[in-house]
Amino acid sequence: MGNVQPTLLRRFMPLIIFSVLVIFLAVGLTLNPREVPSPLIGKPAPEFELPLLLQEGSFSNKDLIGHVTLVNVWASWCFACRQEHETIKYLSRQGVRIIGLNYKDEASDAKQWLAKLGNPYQAIAADRDGRIAIDWGVYGAPETFLIDQQGIIRHKVIGPLSDQAKFDALMTVMETLNK
Amino acid sequence: MNKTLSIIMLAVALSFVVRAIAAPIETFKFDSPDTEKVFHKLSDELRCLVCQNQNIAESNADLAKDLRLEIYTMLMDGKTEDEIIDFMVQRYGDYVLYRPPFKPMTWLLWFGPLIVFIMGLIYAIRFMRSQSSEPSQESMSEEDIERVKNLHADLDAEQGEK
Repeated sequence: MGNVQPTLLRRFMPLIIFSVLVIFLAVGLTLNPREVPSPLIGKPAPEFELPLLLQEGSFSNKDLIGHVTLVNVWASWCFACRQEHETIKYLSRQGVRIIGLNYKDEASDAKQWLAKLGNPYQAIAADRDGRIAIDWGVYGAPETFLIDQQGIIRHKVIGPLSDQAKFDALMTVMETLNK
Repeated sequence: MNKTLSIIMLAVALSFVVRAIAAPIETFKFDSPDTEKVFHKLSDELRCLVCQNQNIAESNADLAKDLRLEIYTMLMDGKTEDEIIDFMVQRYGDYVLYRPPFKPMTWLLWFGPLIVFIMGLIYAIRFMRSQSSEPSQESMSEEDIERVKNLHADLDAEQGEK
């Protein structure tokens, strides 16, 4: 009787090892390597001060305090930004405060783009050389950060917000902040 | 033989050429060869987030260019290697490091290969032991020994005839 258990285990060992391997690989396949989790979540927005794109003046991290804000990194050369633009406009109409971070863009191109597609941003900070974006851990456009009233980064969306799953995930976190 | 060897050597030599060409050309001026060494080491070990299978040194991506400049500027400001790595990790996470840090989260990653190797070693030793011990201890009965002797005798007789 005592002998049956070990031999049975030994016989099924390869199958068990194989199954564990399959589970690991299956999970690995569902992860998107393009989406690098941000270490900035739960931390205050990085300090910065940038000139505004459309008016005189500047925008700094202090201007983020006191409101729930979306900081949307976009550029006129970025195709996916065009894709998500309708979603950004929709959110703006819903009363969400959206600040644009114009990433490595020519001011004239950016203005033209807004004139053509509409401007949903309450303010746009121009990061001409992309230096501030490095502090935010940006590695491509579009990226969107959700900032709470205390100026803490609560969520980051990598890629266009028009993606339903990404949009829903953002909304879930945002609802907890507005309460 | 000689020809194969020379072909292999040529291939190895060429692979170095390709690697040298792959790095984008930029000229940074360094005040000391040591700083330059640190610069190359850092940009070799940090991952480009846009082209994830390239390091910052080799990537042509715009962000990699910016990050090379950033590393250069920090080195010129007298920042140490560790400070620069911290700077990158704070912004982009451990993911930028090609050499993952040693901490509880990554223990399995570091020790995994060793564990698998030890398990294999234990299995191999057990297997070899079972192979060598079986025939000598158990199976040979008096009868079998007699049969083997007879077979040997037959074989000798057969060879003697030839």
